[in-house]
Order: sequence, then C-alpha cells, then structure tokens
Amino acid sequence: MEFFKIRHDIPFMRHALAFNVVSLVTFLFAVFFLATRGLNFSIEFTGGTVIEINYEHAADVEKVRKALDARGYNDYSVQNFGSSRDILIRMPLKTGQNNADLSKSVMEGLTADDKTAKLQRVEFVGPQVGEELAWNGALALFVTAIGIVLYLWVRFEWKFGVAAIIANLHDVVIILGFFALFQWEFSLPVLAAVLAVLGYSVNESVVIADRIRENFRKMRKASVTEIIDNAITRTISRTIITHGCTQTMVTSMLVFGGPALHYFALALTIGICFGIYSSVLVMAPIVRWLGIRREDLVKPLKEKKQEAVI
Amino acid sequence: MNRYPRWIYVTIAVALALGLLYTLPNFFGEAPAVQVSTARTTLKIDSTVLGRVEDALKKAGIQPTGVFLDINSVKVRFADTDTQLKAKDVINQALNPDPQDPSYTVALNLLSNSPAWLAAIPIIPARPMYLGLDLRGGVHFLLQVDMRAALSKQLDSYVGDIRSQLRDKNVRHAGIARESNGIAIQFRDSETRDRARTLVAEQFPDLQLADAGAGSELRLIASIRPEAQKRVQETALKQNIQTLHNRINELGVAEPVIQQQGLDRVVVELPGVQDTAKAKEILGRTATLEVRLVDEDAMRSNSTINVDVFPERRRDGSVSNVPTRKQVLLTGDRFTGAGATFDQHQQPAVSINLDAAGGRVMLGVTRENLGHLMAIILFERGKGEAISVAKIQGEFSNRFQITGLFTPEETNTLALLIRAGSLAAPMEIIEERTVGPSLGAENIKKGFDSALALCSNLLLLVALLSMLQATLTLPGIAAIALTLGMAIDANVLINERVREELRGGATPQAAIHAGYERAFGTILDSNVTTLIAGLSLLIFGSGPVRGFAVVHCLGILTSIFSSVVVSRSMVNLTYGSRRRLERVPIGNTSWK
Repeated sequence: MEFFKIRHDIPFMRHALAFNVVSLVTFLFAVFFLATRGLNFSIEFTGGTVIEINYEHAADVEKVRKALDARGYNDYSVQNFGSSRDILIRMPLKTGQNNADLSKSVMEGLTADDKTAKLQRVEFVGPQVGEELAWNGALALFVTAIGIVLYLWVRFEWKFGVAAIIANLHDVVIILGFFALFQWEFSLPVLAAVLAVLGYSVNESVVIADRIRENFRKMRKASVTEIIDNAITRTISRTIITHGCTQTMVTSMLVFGGPALHYFALALTIGICFGIYSSVLVMAPIVRWLGIRREDLVKPLKEKKQEAVI
Repeated sequence: MNRYPRWIYVTIAVALALGLLYTLPNFFGEAPAVQVSTARTTLKIDSTVLGRVEDALKKAGIQPTGVFLDINSVKVRFADTDTQLKAKDVINQALNPDPQDPSYTVALNLLSNSPAWLAAIPIIPARPMYLGLDLRGGVHFLLQVDMRAALSKQLDSYVGDIRSQLRDKNVRHAGIARESNGIAIQFRDSETRDRARTLVAEQFPDLQLADAGAGSELRLIASIRPEAQKRVQETALKQNIQTLHNRINELGVAEPVIQQQGLDRVVVELPGVQDTAKAKEILGRTATLEVRLVDEDAMRSNSTINVDVFPERRRDGSVSNVPTRKQVLLTGDRFTGAGATFDQHQQPAVSINLDAAGGRVMLGVTRENLGHLMAIILFERGKGEAISVAKIQGEFSNRFQITGLFTPEETNTLALLIRAGSLAAPMEIIEERTVGPSLGAENIKKGFDSALALCSNLLLLVALLSMLQATLTLPGIAAIALTLGMAIDANVLINERVREELRGGATPQAAIHAGYERAFGTILDSNVTTLIAGLSLLIFGSGPVRGFAVVHCLGILTSIFSSVVVSRSMVNLTYGSRRRLERVPIGNTSWK
C-alpha cells in the first residue's frame, strides 16, 4: 500500500524566496489584525458570566433582552447558540455586583416569562482567575517554545532549533491572526489547540530536519539545496498521510463536535495546514539561510555510531 | 535475525492483556443506584445499616441487582430508574423516621454495571473512566480562601494572649494595639520592654519581635513569622475543606470532589447536582464564628465606645443590640461540634464541643467571668449577628451546654448555625461552571461520534485513563481523537523507512531491522517535542485545558509504545523467524 510515488526530487528550494515573501505577508497581516482588532477573549480570560439556556421552542431573543433590562442588567449580550432553541447570555464582570447570585437572578427573570426555559450551563469566572489564565497561557507558550529550541539544539544543531521555532511561532501567530480577523471567540480549548499545533508542527519540522541530517551523511557530493529538496520529497508521503489522518479526525470534530469543540477544531485545522506549509517552506529555507553545513551535523562521533548500527 | 527475546513478547502480551482488563469496565455501562451515606459525623456506616436497607427493600418487595458496602456509604443497584426512585423513598423512610432530622443521606446515583471481580482487583481496581462534569452534568466551583482574613484573625487572638501573659507576669505596658500587619505594644521604659520581649519570645515562638520608638514612647512590634504564616494558612485551608465536606454532606451528593488547588483555593465538584442555587447557598455561607464577652457596662449605659455592637434577633422578632468587647475569645476553628440535646432537667439545650486549646481558653474565661454574659457571634457576608447571648453559669472547658427557654427546633437551628460557622477563613466563589445533564449526555455522544476507532493504542489509552481515574472531559475526548490521528504517524514513518531500505537494495530482514532502527530516532525526536508542548499545558493549564493535556501526554506515550514495540513485535513474529524471506508486502519496491 503506497499512495505517493515520487521519482524525482521536487525542487522546493527553487521558489523558496517567493514562499517566504508569502509567509511574511501573511504573518504581517496576522500581526496587523491582532494589533488592530485584538482577540475576542472568552469570559474564561476576561472574567464574567456565561449562561446557556434551552427552550422547548424557538427562543425569543428580544424577550430575553427585555427580561434582562427589567432586572436592571445592561452591557450583556444575548445570542442564539447552536440551534434556535438555545441561547447564550454573556455578562461582563461588574464591581459591586454579587456574581455568585447572578445566574439565579437571571433565571428567575427568564422563567417568569417562559416556563420552558431550562438552565443548561453556567460559567462564572472571577477577575483573579481570568488574569491568571491569561498569564499562564502566555507562560505555557513561552516555556513550550524555549523547551523545543533547547531540545532541538541538543539533538540537532542550534540552527534547526531557531528555524523550527520561527516557523512554528509563525503558525501560532497566523492562527491567532485568523481569530482576530473573524473575531472568533478565543477560549481555553482554543489555547490548548494552539499549543497542540505548536507541538505537531514542530513534530513535522523534526521529521524533515532528521532527514536533512541523514542526507548530509549519505549524499556526500550533493549541494545543500539538493539535500533539502531530497529530504522534503522523501518525507512528503508521510506528511500527507499523517496530517491527512489527523485532519480527518479534526474534521469530524468540526462537523459532529457541536459548538463546544467548534473553535477548537477550527484552530487545529488552520494549524495543521499552516504547520505543513511552514515546515516545508519556511523552516527549510531558514535553515539554509542560517548557513547549515555538512560539518554542523556530521561529527566523527556520530559517524562511528552510524556504522555500528548497520 | 529479527527476533525479540521471549520476555519482550511476554511483556507486550501482559501490557495488552492488562489494557483489555482495565478497559473492560467501560463497556458495561451504568445502572441506576441509591447511595446511603451518613448525615452525622457520629454515625458510622456499617453492616447493620446494610441490613436495614436490605430489610426495607425486602419488605417493599423491591429486588436490587446488587448491594455494596464501602467505607462511607452503602450503594444499592437497580434494574431501572423507576425501581430506583421507589427504592429511594422506601430506604429514606426506613432510615430516617424523622424527616426533620435525617440521620442518613439517601441520594440517587449511578453505579457501574461491571462485575464485582473487576472492582475487586487488588492495588488498582478496574473501574470505568471518570467522566468530567461537562460529560455527566453537575456543578464546579472554585473557591478562594481569604488568607489575609485568616492571618488577621490569628493576630487578633495573639493580642488577647499577649495581654493576659503580660498581666500574669506583672509586666506593665502602656497599651496593646493591632496594626495592619502586626501588634504594637507600648512601654514607658526600656527595662520593661526587655522583660516583655523575653517573655513574649519565650511564650509565642511564632512571633518575631522588633523594637521601635524612642524616649518614653517605646514600642515592641510583634508580627507572625513567615513560616508560621504559612502554617496558619495551611490549617485555615484544611479546616475550610473539612467544613465544606460537612456542608456538602447535607446536600447528599453522590461523589463530590473537594480538593485543594494551589495555596489558597478549593475546587468543589458536585456531579449530578441540578439545584445549583441551593448548592451555592450552602457552600457560599461564608460564615465564621466568634465567641466574645458582652460588655455589660456598655450595655447599661448604651455606650458604643471601645465595643463592637452586634444585632441579636429575639424570639418575638424584635432586634436588640449587643455590645461586646473587642477581644475575641474563641473563633469557629476551635469548635469541633455542636448538636441539639437536653440538659439534666430535660430542657432542650445545645451541646458544644471545643478542641483542647479552645477548652483551655474557656476554662480561664469562665473562671474569671462567672455570672457574666458571653455572646456567640456568627459572621455572614462580613456582617456579624449574635446568635446566642448566655450567662456563664459555671466553670467549664471544652464541653459545655447552652441552655435557656429553647424549643427543640430552636436548639436544632442554633446547633446548625454554630456548625456552619466553623470556617477558619471566609471564602469566595471565583469560578463557577454548571452543566445540565442533558448537555452532558449530548457531549459524550458528540465526542465519541468523532472518535470511533479501536486499536491497541486506544485500548491502552482508555485503560490508562481508567487506571489513573483521570477525569475525562470533552477536550479530553478531543485529545483522544487527535492522538488516534497522530498515532498513525509513527507507523507511516517506519513503513516508509522499510520500503526505502528495500529500494536501497537491502535484504528484507535487514530492511525491517534498519527501518525500525532509523525511524526510531525520528519518532523519538518528533514525539518528545510534542510532549514538551503537552507537558507545559499540563503544568500551566487549568480546568478543561488540563483535561486535554493529560490525555494528550498519555496518548503520545501509548502511541510510541504501540507503534515501536507492539508493531515491531508483530512484524518479528510474522517475518522474523523465516530463514529466507523473499519479499515484504509493503508496496512496489522495484523502482528506485
């Protein structure tokens, strides 16, 4: 069973410059949207209350708004969620308001209007938690990045570490850019997805880097460009199969997972697409520009080990 | 050549068998059950309770499908929900003849249908996966304990202790005052201050002392040492968790989770609880208790100088003010129990138990203040209310009664209030998550719709999750799906390598060997980097993210194991022992 048969190396590096310009532009766009529009943080980060309510019939959003106004709330948002019978109410944090009793009071108001209103879910996040989450999220991203650079440095060479992390942070920024552009809700599961993407996309880079290292050992006469082209071509079949499988799973999550997993799956989808792109067309050229040489990777000690294996 | 030593095969077989064993309980599903637990700390669940439950069911003609007894509950399993509901009423009537004062909590629950021998496996019993709240419905609270209040209270009680020590040893000071972070003691001459310093340092090793002031305005500043502060905070947290346990028992939740998180937080998870308002009310009773002496002079003169005034609700509904001294004799954490009882004249009374330290304080106070009034003040949401004002009738220490013209109902309420007030420090709900049960069931369905696949990897993963009893949440299911997607990665890497070796002209056996050997480095590197991301999620993440991270990390480990070890051993078993292997069915390798 073999899906892809590629006889000749594909000259990926020939158009490296063009691809890099494309990624740079995408990256700058992402940064631009992040800076101008910002992320639409969920209440997990900002603090506040989310109440999900289910009706037996189509929910009347206007009536819900009126009921909330009557109770003296303002600055809330009411929207349909998933189906016309479910609504989601978001309320920001307010000083002097007893947050613990908020959901109770809201439910009292709504059930007075309509007996079929059923509380599905309440989430309340205090301000301390929100700040902490944002801080921990940033810290997790930072530690992951540092950890990966260090590991690649030890196992390969610093040039690979730097190239991989540039390529993969570029993925992360682009995912965030999408979330900023479309104002999709950035919640905790999305953060988890972003970090998982960071891991997967490094995974991809490592497989290619591994092959580049091996090619340096085997293809004594080839130029650096040829070596990189060969490495990518030899791994492209694996790249497509692996990511195809992962994407199948993610797609089914996107389709069947319901609203709770929607943005999570969306973030992963973007991440997987750009993960492949960046490993193949961003990481490899950067390694080349950083001036990778045969001597960086082929050390006499490793040579010996290699012989011992076969 | 491609042969593993026998022990590797045995290990793999054992791992897979264990995997199967620990996955089994998940296939049996759950059955409706009724859980009986004790509502009073004095009552223990034992085989007599079990007998009573069985008798009651037999009398009502209800046939349970299983009866279990564990350390703190009796669980009875039923065939369907109707029987379960009927049985609950029957058991409730049999065990709690007086519904006003229930001795046992009877709650509806779900029990695993898996056979008993699975749960009886020693060391790690085989149980179904532990589902998170988003999958089975319930309430999640994160409570923050106000540690500054705990410390401030500790300082308050030191003020009283230092004062009485100095008086006992006849050291004359010019006043003791509470400051924001410590206690300031005033002196007129340095000689007295030196004596006081030695005395305080000797008697209160938890305090650190510093000199301040000059001339005749000398001061000694005492503050709590950092290590003692830590201890105070730890005990405060423990006490609060204990109190929460007691309060949640009142709710009759089947399997509550009450856990410390960080230094000053408590996570409370109540699966299956629908009445969130009641749950919140019981948890959120941020009450604390203080015992003080009533300032009778101020009471007569109606003066409010140097006293704290608290309202007291009288029996007729009127409210009067009770001026008390500022000194706090006892706080709620010294109370170990309070209950409604009858005194020697068969009058309703409230019996109170204190711990040893509280008893010592009480002995001293009652000896000196015989015939005076003592008030118990309950603080709720920052406001104090005198719930009992009583005359000290005799000398007593850690066991005493409050008597008066009570009705049995009033003594019950008072005892309940006192019990409710024994939180060491106030708490605040800072995070709340409620998931309705229908949403939970829907989430499971949706989650598994997207993860319908079985392989050795999934088997091991589910088994590990069941063994660790790690909480499975919706993001966790997502992680399972992802892991399955990624698990193929290692297999693809290996197959591609083997194929390449064959193309390079290696013999089939050598190709298999070299393919696995070469691919291993790549697999290791790529998975370690993914694991780095997973681990940092695990460390810094909280709530749903942690659920994702646990499954993610475990998934990476099981997928390395199944692709590298299990698949290799299968290949070895199939091809390894053949002397002359012509070809490996791995695609066309004739072209280069």
